[in-house]
Amino acid sequence: MYVIVVGGGKIGYYLTKQLLTEGHEVLLLEKDRRRQSAMAEQLGEVVMQGDGCEVRIMSEAGFGRADVIVAVTGDDEDNLVICQMAKKNFQAPRTVARVNDPANMVLFDKLGIDTTVSSTQIIFNLLEQQIEPGEIIPLGALKNGNIEVVAINVSERSPVLGQTIQDLRLPGNALIISVVRSDNAMIPQKDTRFENGDSVIAMVVAEEEPQLRHIFAEAHS
Amino acid sequence: MPQTIVILGCGRVGSTLAKQMSGEGHDVTVIDLTSDAFRRLGNKFKVHRLVGSGLDQDLLKRAGLERASAFIAVTQGDNSNIMAAQIAREVFHVERVVARIYDPIRAQAYRELGITTLCTTTLAAGLIHDSALGEGQGEALLQASQTWDKVYLEQRC
Repeated sequence: MYVIVVGGGKIGYYLTKQLLTEGHEVLLLEKDRRRQSAMAEQLGEVVMQGDGCEVRIMSEAGFGRADVIVAVTGDDEDNLVICQMAKKNFQAPRTVARVNDPANMVLFDKLGIDTTVSSTQIIFNLLEQQIEPGEIIPLGALKNGNIEVVAINVSERSPVLGQTIQDLRLPGNALIISVVRSDNAMIPQKDTRFENGDSVIAMVVAEEEPQLRHIFAEAHS
Repeated sequence: MPQTIVILGCGRVGSTLAKQMSGEGHDVTVIDLTSDAFRRLGNKFKVHRLVGSGLDQDLLKRAGLERASAFIAVTQGDNSNIMAAQIAREVFHVERVVARIYDPIRAQAYRELGITTLCTTTLAAGLIHDSALGEGQGEALLQASQTWDKVYLEQRC
Protein backbone atom coordinates (compact mmCIF):
# COMPACT_ATOMS: atom_id res chain seq x y z
CA MET A 1 0.00 0.00 0.00
CA TYR A 2 1.24 3.52 -0.76
CA VAL A 3 0.43 5.83 2.16
CA ILE A 4 1.12 9.56 2.23
CA VAL A 5 1.27 11.08 5.70
CA VAL A 6 1.01 14.87 5.88
CA GLY A 7 2.31 16.56 9.02
CA GLY A 8 5.52 15.60 10.74
CA GLY A 9 4.53 16.07 14.36
CA LYS A 10 4.75 13.22 16.83
CA ILE A 11 1.75 11.40 15.38
CA GLY A 12 3.05 11.70 11.81
CA TYR A 13 6.50 10.56 12.83
CA TYR A 14 5.47 7.45 14.76
CA LEU A 15 2.80 6.54 12.24
CA THR A 16 5.34 6.67 9.41
CA LYS A 17 7.77 4.59 11.41
CA GLN A 18 5.17 1.92 12.12
CA LEU A 19 3.93 1.77 8.53
CA LEU A 20 7.52 1.36 7.31
CA THR A 21 8.07 -1.49 9.78
CA GLU A 22 5.01 -3.23 8.36
CA GLY A 23 6.49 -3.00 4.87
CA HIS A 24 4.29 -0.29 3.35
CA GLU A 25 5.53 2.36 0.95
CA VAL A 26 5.26 5.64 2.88
CA LEU A 27 5.95 9.29 2.22
CA LEU A 28 5.93 11.80 5.07
CA LEU A 29 5.33 15.39 4.05
CA GLU A 30 6.46 18.16 6.39
CA LYS A 31 6.27 21.89 5.69
CA ASP A 32 8.96 23.06 8.08
CA ARG A 33 12.45 22.62 6.59
CA ARG A 34 14.19 22.11 9.91
CA ARG A 35 11.71 19.55 11.16
CA GLN A 36 11.88 17.78 7.83
CA SER A 37 15.66 17.43 7.90
CA ALA A 38 15.64 16.33 11.54
CA MET A 39 13.16 13.58 10.70
CA ALA A 40 14.96 12.63 7.51
CA GLU A 41 17.96 11.77 9.66
CA GLN A 42 15.81 9.24 11.51
CA LEU A 43 13.63 7.92 8.71
CA GLY A 44 15.68 8.53 5.55
CA GLU A 45 14.43 9.50 2.12
CA VAL A 46 10.76 8.97 2.88
CA VAL A 47 10.53 12.44 4.43
CA MET A 48 9.83 15.21 1.92
CA GLN A 49 9.72 18.94 2.55
CA GLY A 50 6.69 20.83 1.26
CA ASP A 51 3.27 22.27 1.98
CA GLY A 52 0.75 19.45 1.64
CA CYS A 53 -1.99 21.94 0.72
CA GLU A 54 -0.19 23.04 -2.45
CA VAL A 55 -1.24 21.14 -5.54
CA ARG A 56 2.29 21.34 -7.02
CA ILE A 57 3.70 19.58 -3.96
CA MET A 58 0.85 17.08 -3.96
CA SER A 59 1.69 16.10 -7.55
CA GLU A 60 5.38 15.73 -6.73
CA ALA A 61 4.55 13.58 -3.73
CA GLY A 62 2.49 11.26 -5.89
CA PHE A 63 -0.98 11.93 -4.49
CA GLY A 64 -2.37 10.52 -7.73
CA ARG A 65 -1.23 6.97 -6.98
CA ALA A 66 -1.61 6.92 -3.20
CA ASP A 67 -3.94 4.36 -1.66
CA VAL A 68 -4.47 6.40 1.48
CA ILE A 69 -3.84 10.04 2.41
CA VAL A 70 -3.47 10.68 6.14
CA ALA A 71 -3.57 14.31 7.30
CA VAL A 72 -2.26 14.67 10.85
CA THR A 73 -1.02 18.24 11.11
CA GLY A 74 -1.87 20.19 14.25
CA ASP A 75 -4.48 22.32 12.49
CA ASP A 76 -7.94 21.00 11.71
CA GLU A 77 -8.41 23.41 8.79
CA ASP A 78 -5.20 22.20 7.11
CA ASN A 79 -6.19 18.56 7.56
CA LEU A 80 -9.58 19.27 6.01
CA VAL A 81 -8.17 21.05 2.97
CA ILE A 82 -5.44 18.41 2.40
CA CYS A 83 -8.06 15.65 2.31
CA GLN A 84 -10.58 17.58 0.21
CA MET A 85 -7.96 18.62 -2.35
CA ALA A 86 -6.67 15.04 -2.46
CA LYS A 87 -10.21 13.85 -3.25
CA LYS A 88 -11.05 16.61 -5.70
CA ASN A 89 -7.81 16.98 -7.66
CA PHE A 90 -6.28 13.52 -7.29
CA GLN A 91 -9.30 11.23 -6.77
CA ALA A 92 -7.71 9.79 -3.64
CA PRO A 93 -9.59 6.58 -2.79
CA ARG A 94 -9.26 6.98 0.98
CA THR A 95 -8.59 9.97 3.21
CA VAL A 96 -8.03 10.05 6.95
CA ALA A 97 -8.01 13.31 8.92
CA ARG A 98 -7.08 14.07 12.48
CA VAL A 99 -9.20 16.63 14.30
CA ASN A 100 -8.45 18.41 17.55
CA ASP A 101 -11.93 19.78 18.11
CA PRO A 102 -14.29 16.78 18.43
CA ALA A 103 -17.10 18.98 17.10
CA ASN A 104 -15.39 18.80 13.72
CA MET A 105 -15.92 15.04 13.41
CA VAL A 106 -19.48 15.44 12.16
CA LEU A 107 -18.49 18.31 9.86
CA PHE A 108 -15.60 16.44 8.25
CA ASP A 109 -17.85 13.45 7.71
CA LYS A 110 -20.37 15.69 5.95
CA LEU A 111 -17.62 17.26 3.83
CA GLY A 112 -16.51 13.94 2.37
CA ILE A 113 -13.56 12.90 4.52
CA ASP A 114 -13.62 9.09 4.75
CA THR A 115 -12.33 8.69 8.30
CA THR A 116 -11.93 11.27 11.04
CA VAL A 117 -9.97 10.61 14.20
CA SER A 118 -10.13 12.78 17.30
CA SER A 119 -7.60 12.02 20.00
CA THR A 120 -9.52 14.38 22.29
CA GLN A 121 -12.63 12.21 21.84
CA ILE A 122 -10.73 8.95 22.32
CA ILE A 123 -9.19 10.13 25.58
CA PHE A 124 -12.53 11.50 26.73
CA ASN A 125 -14.21 8.15 26.04
CA LEU A 126 -11.51 6.33 27.98
CA LEU A 127 -11.97 8.67 30.94
CA GLU A 128 -15.74 8.23 30.86
CA GLN A 129 -15.29 4.47 31.04
CA GLN A 130 -13.37 4.78 34.27
CA ILE A 131 -15.93 6.72 36.19
CA GLU A 132 -18.01 5.36 38.99
CA PRO A 133 -20.96 3.00 38.69
CA GLY A 134 -24.24 4.74 38.17
CA GLU A 135 -22.71 7.03 35.61
CA ILE A 136 -23.32 6.70 31.90
CA ILE A 137 -20.68 4.99 29.76
CA PRO A 138 -20.80 5.79 26.05
CA LEU A 139 -20.49 2.66 23.89
CA GLY A 140 -20.83 4.31 20.54
CA ALA A 141 -22.74 6.75 18.40
CA LEU A 142 -24.81 6.04 15.33
CA LYS A 143 -23.19 7.48 12.23
CA ASN A 144 -24.84 10.63 10.89
CA GLY A 145 -27.15 10.83 13.83
CA ASN A 146 -27.04 12.17 17.30
CA ILE A 147 -28.18 8.93 18.89
CA GLU A 148 -25.83 7.42 21.42
CA VAL A 149 -25.65 3.89 22.72
CA VAL A 150 -24.75 3.95 26.39
CA ALA A 151 -24.32 1.55 29.30
CA ILE A 152 -25.37 2.36 32.86
CA ASN A 153 -24.39 0.25 35.84
CA VAL A 154 -26.91 -0.33 38.60
CA SER A 155 -25.44 -0.46 42.10
CA GLU A 156 -26.93 -0.96 45.54
CA ARG A 157 -27.21 2.81 45.91
CA SER A 158 -29.03 3.31 42.64
CA PRO A 159 -32.52 4.86 42.91
CA VAL A 160 -33.88 2.43 40.30
CA LEU A 161 -33.02 -0.63 42.39
CA GLY A 162 -36.10 -2.82 42.70
CA GLN A 163 -38.07 -0.75 40.21
CA THR A 164 -39.36 -2.05 36.89
CA ILE A 165 -38.85 -0.43 33.50
CA GLN A 166 -42.46 0.76 33.43
CA ASP A 167 -41.90 2.51 36.78
CA LEU A 168 -39.24 4.75 35.22
CA ARG A 169 -40.11 8.09 33.73
CA LEU A 170 -37.77 7.75 30.78
CA PRO A 171 -37.21 10.72 28.51
CA GLY A 172 -39.24 10.53 25.28
CA ASN A 173 -36.27 9.73 23.10
CA ALA A 174 -34.62 7.03 25.17
CA LEU A 175 -35.01 3.30 24.79
CA ILE A 176 -33.66 0.56 27.03
CA ILE A 177 -32.53 -2.14 24.60
CA SER A 178 -30.95 -4.65 26.93
CA VAL A 179 -30.27 -5.49 30.55
CA VAL A 180 -27.10 -7.49 31.13
CA ARG A 181 -27.28 -9.60 34.31
CA SER A 182 -24.46 -11.98 35.32
CA ASP A 183 -23.08 -11.92 31.77
CA ASN A 184 -26.47 -12.69 30.21
CA ALA A 185 -27.94 -10.06 27.95
CA MET A 186 -31.74 -10.00 28.15
CA ILE A 187 -34.29 -8.27 25.99
CA PRO A 188 -36.07 -6.27 28.68
CA GLN A 189 -39.82 -6.41 29.24
CA LYS A 190 -41.85 -3.68 30.84
CA ASP A 191 -41.89 -5.61 34.11
CA THR A 192 -38.14 -6.30 34.14
CA ARG A 193 -36.96 -5.37 37.63
CA PHE A 194 -33.52 -3.78 38.12
CA GLU A 195 -31.07 -5.62 40.36
CA ASN A 196 -27.76 -4.73 41.89
CA GLY A 197 -24.98 -5.32 39.33
CA ASP A 198 -27.18 -4.97 36.25
CA SER A 199 -25.73 -3.23 33.27
CA VAL A 200 -28.44 -1.35 31.39
CA ILE A 201 -27.85 -0.72 27.69
CA ALA A 202 -29.85 2.16 26.26
CA MET A 203 -30.18 4.21 23.11
CA VAL A 204 -30.72 7.88 23.70
CA VAL A 205 -30.77 11.11 21.73
CA ALA A 206 -27.71 13.09 22.85
CA GLU A 207 -29.74 16.03 24.16
CA GLU A 208 -31.77 13.81 26.49
CA GLU A 209 -28.80 11.96 27.91
CA PRO A 210 -28.66 14.20 31.02
CA GLN A 211 -32.27 13.25 31.86
CA LEU A 212 -31.43 9.58 31.52
CA ARG A 213 -28.38 10.12 33.69
CA HIS A 214 -30.55 11.78 36.32
CA ILE A 215 -32.90 8.78 36.57
CA PHE A 216 -30.06 6.36 37.24
CA ALA A 217 -27.85 8.71 39.26
CA GLU A 218 -26.84 7.49 42.67
CA ALA A 219 -27.68 9.44 45.72
CA HIS A 220 -24.30 10.64 46.90
CA SER A 221 -23.83 10.15 50.61
CA MET B 1 -32.90 46.51 3.50
CA PRO B 2 -30.51 46.05 6.44
CA GLN B 3 -28.87 42.63 6.47
CA THR B 4 -27.11 40.63 9.16
CA ILE B 5 -23.50 40.09 8.13
CA VAL B 6 -20.71 38.18 9.87
CA ILE B 7 -17.10 38.89 8.91
CA LEU B 8 -14.24 36.61 9.93
CA GLY B 9 -10.88 38.37 10.17
CA CYS B 10 -10.39 42.00 11.18
CA GLY B 11 -7.37 42.84 9.04
CA ARG B 12 -7.31 45.61 6.46
CA VAL B 13 -9.96 44.03 4.26
CA GLY B 14 -12.20 42.81 7.09
CA SER B 15 -12.18 46.10 8.99
CA THR B 16 -12.75 48.15 5.83
CA LEU B 17 -15.74 46.00 4.89
CA ALA B 18 -17.13 46.09 8.42
CA LYS B 19 -17.04 49.88 8.61
CA GLN B 20 -18.47 50.29 5.15
CA MET B 21 -21.33 47.85 5.68
CA SER B 22 -22.12 49.22 9.11
CA GLY B 23 -22.17 52.72 7.62
CA GLU B 24 -24.72 51.46 5.10
CA GLY B 25 -26.98 50.42 7.97
CA HIS B 26 -26.28 46.67 8.08
CA ASP B 27 -25.98 44.69 11.29
CA VAL B 28 -22.31 43.66 11.26
CA THR B 29 -20.37 41.29 13.55
CA VAL B 30 -16.60 40.85 13.20
CA ILE B 31 -14.66 37.88 14.60
CA ASP B 32 -10.92 37.89 15.16
CA LEU B 33 -8.46 35.82 17.21
CA THR B 34 -7.10 38.90 18.98
CA SER B 35 -8.91 41.91 20.40
CA ASP B 36 -5.99 44.04 19.21
CA ALA B 37 -7.22 43.70 15.66
CA PHE B 38 -10.41 45.57 16.52
CA ARG B 39 -8.45 48.81 16.88
CA ARG B 40 -8.73 49.06 13.11
CA LEU B 41 -12.48 49.53 13.49
CA GLY B 42 -12.19 52.83 15.40
CA ASN B 43 -15.30 53.92 17.24
CA LYS B 44 -17.25 55.81 14.64
CA PHE B 45 -19.22 52.76 13.51
CA LYS B 46 -21.36 50.32 15.43
CA VAL B 47 -19.80 46.92 14.80
CA HIS B 48 -20.21 43.89 17.09
CA ARG B 49 -16.85 42.42 18.04
CA LEU B 50 -16.17 38.83 19.05
CA VAL B 51 -12.77 37.42 20.05
CA GLY B 52 -12.15 33.77 19.16
CA SER B 53 -11.72 31.18 16.44
CA GLY B 54 -13.98 31.35 13.42
CA LEU B 55 -13.74 27.57 13.19
CA ASP B 56 -15.50 27.12 16.52
CA GLN B 57 -19.14 26.38 15.78
CA ASP B 58 -20.30 27.58 19.20
CA LEU B 59 -18.63 30.93 18.62
CA LEU B 60 -20.10 31.24 15.13
CA LYS B 61 -23.51 30.60 16.64
CA ARG B 62 -22.94 33.38 19.17
CA ALA B 63 -21.91 35.63 16.28
CA GLY B 64 -25.44 35.16 14.93
CA LEU B 65 -24.60 32.99 11.95
CA GLU B 66 -27.99 31.26 12.16
CA ARG B 67 -29.74 34.45 11.08
CA ALA B 68 -26.96 35.94 8.92
CA SER B 69 -27.65 36.51 5.25
CA ALA B 70 -23.95 36.72 4.41
CA PHE B 71 -20.70 35.32 5.79
CA ILE B 72 -17.35 36.72 4.69
CA ALA B 73 -14.05 34.92 5.45
CA VAL B 74 -11.03 37.20 5.06
CA THR B 75 -8.40 35.92 7.51
CA GLN B 76 -4.76 35.56 6.44
CA GLY B 77 -5.11 31.77 6.19
CA ASP B 78 -6.59 30.26 3.04
CA ASN B 79 -7.45 27.04 4.84
CA SER B 80 -9.15 28.82 7.73
CA ASN B 81 -11.24 30.79 5.26
CA ILE B 82 -12.12 27.63 3.35
CA MET B 83 -13.13 25.69 6.45
CA ALA B 84 -15.10 28.56 8.01
CA ALA B 85 -16.91 29.10 4.71
CA GLN B 86 -17.91 25.44 4.58
CA ILE B 87 -19.18 25.54 8.18
CA ALA B 88 -21.25 28.62 7.30
CA ARG B 89 -22.73 26.85 4.33
CA GLU B 90 -23.20 23.30 5.58
CA VAL B 91 -23.98 23.85 9.26
CA PHE B 92 -25.63 27.27 9.33
CA HIS B 93 -27.02 27.34 5.76
CA VAL B 94 -26.00 30.95 5.20
CA GLU B 95 -27.31 32.17 1.86
CA ARG B 96 -24.21 34.00 0.61
CA VAL B 97 -20.76 32.82 1.65
CA VAL B 98 -17.66 34.58 0.30
CA ALA B 99 -14.06 33.55 0.99
CA ARG B 100 -10.88 35.37 0.04
CA ILE B 101 -8.25 32.82 -1.09
CA TYR B 102 -4.69 33.68 -2.07
CA ASP B 103 -3.94 30.37 -3.81
CA PRO B 104 -5.65 30.37 -7.24
CA ILE B 105 -5.76 26.57 -7.39
CA ARG B 106 -7.60 26.28 -4.09
CA ALA B 107 -9.86 29.18 -5.10
CA GLN B 108 -10.82 27.32 -8.27
CA ALA B 109 -11.35 23.97 -6.50
CA TYR B 110 -13.69 25.39 -3.87
CA ARG B 111 -15.52 27.54 -6.39
CA GLU B 112 -16.40 24.29 -8.10
CA LEU B 113 -17.59 22.96 -4.75
CA GLY B 114 -20.06 25.83 -4.50
CA ILE B 115 -18.36 28.50 -2.41
CA THR B 116 -17.91 31.98 -3.79
CA THR B 117 -14.13 32.33 -3.69
CA LEU B 118 -12.24 35.45 -4.69
CA CYS B 119 -8.59 34.95 -5.47
CA THR B 120 -7.10 38.35 -4.78
CA THR B 121 -3.74 37.23 -6.19
CA THR B 122 -4.97 36.71 -9.75
CA LEU B 123 -7.53 39.48 -9.38
CA ALA B 124 -4.89 42.07 -8.44
CA ALA B 125 -2.46 40.79 -11.08
CA GLY B 126 -5.17 41.02 -13.73
CA LEU B 127 -6.15 44.55 -12.72
CA ILE B 128 -2.55 45.71 -12.61
CA HIS B 129 -1.88 44.07 -15.96
CA ASP B 130 -4.76 45.89 -17.62
CA SER B 131 -3.97 49.27 -16.16
CA ALA B 132 -0.22 48.99 -16.84
CA LEU B 133 -0.78 48.04 -20.47
CA GLY B 134 -3.79 50.29 -20.95
CA GLU B 135 -5.76 47.21 -22.01
CA GLY B 136 -9.20 45.88 -21.20
CA GLN B 137 -10.94 47.97 -18.59
CA GLY B 138 -7.76 49.69 -17.41
CA GLU B 139 -9.20 53.18 -17.26
CA ALA B 140 -12.51 52.13 -15.69
CA LEU B 141 -10.63 50.12 -13.08
CA LEU B 142 -8.51 53.05 -12.04
CA GLN B 143 -11.67 55.06 -11.53
CA ALA B 144 -13.27 52.26 -9.52
CA SER B 145 -10.14 52.07 -7.39
CA GLN B 146 -10.31 55.80 -6.69
CA THR B 147 -13.99 55.54 -5.76
CA TRP B 148 -13.34 52.77 -3.22
CA ASP B 149 -10.38 54.65 -1.77
CA LYS B 150 -12.63 57.64 -1.25
CA VAL B 151 -15.17 55.49 0.61
CA TYR B 152 -12.33 54.19 2.76
CA LEU B 153 -11.00 57.65 3.57
CA GLU B 154 -14.46 58.89 4.50
CA GLN B 155 -14.73 56.12 7.10
CA ARG B 156 -11.57 57.11 8.87
CA CYS B 157 -12.00 58.64 12.21
